[in-house]
Amino acid sequence: MYVIDIISTLFMAIGAFFMITGALGLLRLPDFYTRLHATGKCDTLGEVLIIAGCMIYEGWSLLTIKLFLVAAFYLFAGPTATHAIMKAAYVTGVKPWKKGDDRV
Amino acid sequence: MREKTFSIIVTFGIMFIFWLFFSAWIVIIPQHYDLIELSKGIVSALIVTLVSHELLVPGKGESIRLKALRFVPYVVWEFWQIVMATLDVTYRVLHPKMPIDPQIIEFETTLRSGLSLTTLANSITLTPGTITVIVEPDKGKFVVHAIAKEPADSLLVDQTMQRKVAHVFMEG
Repeated sequence: MYVIDIISTLFMAIGAFFMITGALGLLRLPDFYTRLHATGKCDTLGEVLIIAGCMIYEGWSLLTIKLFLVAAFYLFAGPTATHAIMKAAYVTGVKPWKKGDDRV
Repeated sequence: MREKTFSIIVTFGIMFIFWLFFSAWIVIIPQHYDLIELSKGIVSALIVTLVSHELLVPGKGESIRLKALRFVPYVVWEFWQIVMATLDVTYRVLHPKMPIDPQIIEFETTLRSGLSLTTLANSITLTPGTITVIVEPDKGKFVVHAIAKEPADSLLVDQTMQRKVAHVFMEG
């Protein structure tokens, strides 16, 4: 039983680390588009890892299948939402940051 | 006509199984078993089927089995790319100097169908350092924001992903 606890905790910890990295990128990176890179990509893996940890902790049950479906849904919805926000910013004319510019 | 019936039946089956997974405790626990509860699931699955059966099962089912078969290794590869993408962003964010050089690139592909364009757009967003900005379906044109030069080159020069998606959907 302890082994399962350790493995699931490890998964959740790594997932949480990636989520924190995403938040840190949101603060550090210079403009709208690059910030979206940090949040969009780190959240995908972070969320999937946290849900995987929950699945391992739960074992074989109906809840595991539901968690799996949530993770699968996120893998489609995450990039689509990122793309939608990106397109909205591009169409309304947010200027992308170039190397050498000042921070916005 | 036969194709339409087939797609309706397949979609209804998938939707009903999906509903069962999310509320199957009603069926499994005997005390709660109730024909009214079950018929609610059937009715909601039917409504979803009538609205969306054309989306799930494509009209001409010629080589759908081969496409599905080719899609499986692609998904595995895509998972690997998600891990790489996250590590890439993590490296760029945590590096003291932040090695980023953002640029917007454009390229054209041979893809035309909605499903293949959506797959490529989502894949670009999931792979390291690139996010799809705009897709123009009639020309197969993509506008992509890349965080540095190497990820931009992997789309412009190597074109690994375009070839993989074209291979899966046989539109090359």
